[in-house]
Amino acid sequence: MIKLQHVEKVYRTSAIETLALNNINLDVQKGEFVSIMGPSGCGKSTLLNIIGLLDEPSRGVVEIGGRRVEKYRDRELAHLRNEKLGFIFQSFHLINDLSVLDNVEIPLLYRSSSARQRRALAQEALEKVGLSNRMKHFPKQLSGGQKQRVAIARAIVGKPEIILADEPTGNLDSAMGNEILSILQNLNKDGATIVMVTHDDAMAKKTHRLIRLFDGTQVL
Amino acid sequence: MLTNYLKLAWKVLLRHPFYTFITLFGISLTLTVLMVLTSFLDHLLGPHYPETNRDRSLYIQMMTQTDTAGTTQMKGPMSFRFLTDYVKSLQTPERVSISSVMNSSNAYVGSQKIKLNTKFTDADFWRVMAFDFLEGKPYNEQNIAAGDQVAVISDDFKKEYFGSASEPVVGKTIEIENVHYKVMGVVRGSPVTRFFTHAKVYFPYTAPKSNYQNTGFRGNYIAIVLAKDQSDFKAIQDEFYDRVSRIPVPQYEGGTKYDVLKVMNETYADNFLGTIMEGPGLRAVFLSIVGFIVFMLLGLPAINLVNVNVSRILERASEIGVRKAFGAPVRTLLWQFIIENLFITFIGGGIALVLTVVIIQLINHSGWIAYADLTINLTVFLVSVGVCFVFGILSGVLPALRMSKLKIVDALKG
Ligand SMILES: Nc1ncnc2c1ncn2[C@@H]1O[C@H](COP(=O)(O)OP(=O)(O)O)[C@@H](O)[C@H]1O
Ligand SMILES: [Mg+2]
Repeated sequence: MIKLQHVEKVYRTSAIETLALNNINLDVQKGEFVSIMGPSGCGKSTLLNIIGLLDEPSRGVVEIGGRRVEKYRDRELAHLRNEKLGFIFQSFHLINDLSVLDNVEIPLLYRSSSARQRRALAQEALEKVGLSNRMKHFPKQLSGGQKQRVAIARAIVGKPEIILADEPTGNLDSAMGNEILSILQNLNKDGATIVMVTHDDAMAKKTHRLIRLFDGTQVL
Repeated sequence: MLTNYLKLAWKVLLRHPFYTFITLFGISLTLTVLMVLTSFLDHLLGPHYPETNRDRSLYIQMMTQTDTAGTTQMKGPMSFRFLTDYVKSLQTPERVSISSVMNSSNAYVGSQKIKLNTKFTDADFWRVMAFDFLEGKPYNEQNIAAGDQVAVISDDFKKEYFGSASEPVVGKTIEIENVHYKVMGVVRGSPVTRFFTHAKVYFPYTAPKSNYQNTGFRGNYIAIVLAKDQSDFKAIQDEFYDRVSRIPVPQYEGGTKYDVLKVMNETYADNFLGTIMEGPGLRAVFLSIVGFIVFMLLGLPAINLVNVNVSRILERASEIGVRKAFGAPVRTLLWQFIIENLFITFIGGGIALVLTVVIIQLINHSGWIAYADLTINLTVFLVSVGVCFVFGILSGVLPALRMSKLKIVDALKG
């Protein structure tokens, strides 16, 4: 499902060059639930962003669903993000001007679907995360856990095969965090391939496989 | 999709009331000034009642005589005879009308004095112009040949003189400067800004005091030449200028010998500009001033708008990042911002339209210009809408293009 070969990422700023990822090779099978751990600044987010096509590697090959993306143009990349990938961010990244329902509908705006279909799918996704009673609310009126559940609903509304979660519980207390994890586990049971960055050993243990990064290099 | 964008556009407007105010203020003020100005220009120069044939008319209003030494110049309208000899008999036009410039007179109703403008005209005047006759009819060649003491009056004068707007007055007599005239017709008046047609009373040129028999070239008459079509202008001008060039010089008039004779034969707009300023150089200056004003009116707000929009859109970096992360192609996002900007510019355009209508109505009803009939000209409106459109596109595309170059990860960081 996800394949990385010799992936390298170099950040160049005026003064220094940072090697954020160094020769990463990764193969995630369909239906796997993989967690990524490592100290802060070791390149976890960089790795996840490259998998999620939000960033490009400096070198190496990325394959999503069997398709090599290095020659893809904006429109094709956008299409792939829209079809195959659902992202969950640590800081939620909801659009404050839009209601919960409108936020969840965003991925559906960029594919052909009617307003009614969008609404139905968004409601369904919100039901899955237990928020069907908050559809008309705005992000400011929600707690952190609720916001993250909206973000999950947004990530799954388009029924992507791959869900990428960058410290989805990092801003939440542990009870809330466990609830989010169990939602992810259920999605995984339904067939989604999940890659999750986490700081929490207990959570990592509940996934199928653990990848450890240290200073941009894969150590496990 | 579109409704989604409009919904979002509306929310964005509400979220930034200050930006919204500045933007709307700039757009609507600019467009209002532009539309009122053009409407006024159109009122002055366009083909409007009763001069609806202006488009295919040429005006012979100004004769210049220069003496041998080039020190004395006589400028002004011409004698009835000159125009009859050199203009009326032209072969190329459809029709030629000769009429006097405006004269001032007084009439008395009891002891009450009415100030009035009068004009002496030929019968073709009523054919070249498109007056609405509310009553009666114009005088014709027979009236003129017979020297009938008749008049056509304006509806305003009718009310002033007879005290009633509704009662018919055709056949009644008016007395002006101790002469009695029979009223033949009543027309809807022409605005004072149309000095070739504005008057309260029109007389046949054979009526008393018209001076139509004056010899010499100078006088107080002008000619309006109606072409069958604009494409005939050149031929008419050529024919006329050819005739004028054959007039032997030097000539003597008013005790002065002059050897250069120039008579302008121009379109209304050229004639109008020529009356307020002389010389081709000055006209270029005038046009550049107008161009500069229009640029200031349109360009500055446009630049300001683009600036405001750049900061407004950059503020929404994280939203753009999110949309891209979930599959929005750059092109779709560009459209989103263009639609948002068109939305606000068209709201501004709508406000401007309402303001313009209000201002124009105020001018029309203030009595500031008698018979003012300013309208929002369709071309002006369409041009304004077009300007709105370009504003909207420019001010949306530039910042959005900048935005789209931003990488998703950077955009998300805000
Ligand atoms: N846009 C960037 N420009 C320069 N350096 C960056 C940028 N993003 C990340 N880095 C650097 O790359 C390294 C990895 O960052 P990141 O992937 O965010 O780490 P993690 O998510 O594991 O905390 C860090 O040293 C970080 O400073
Ligand atoms: Mg990180």
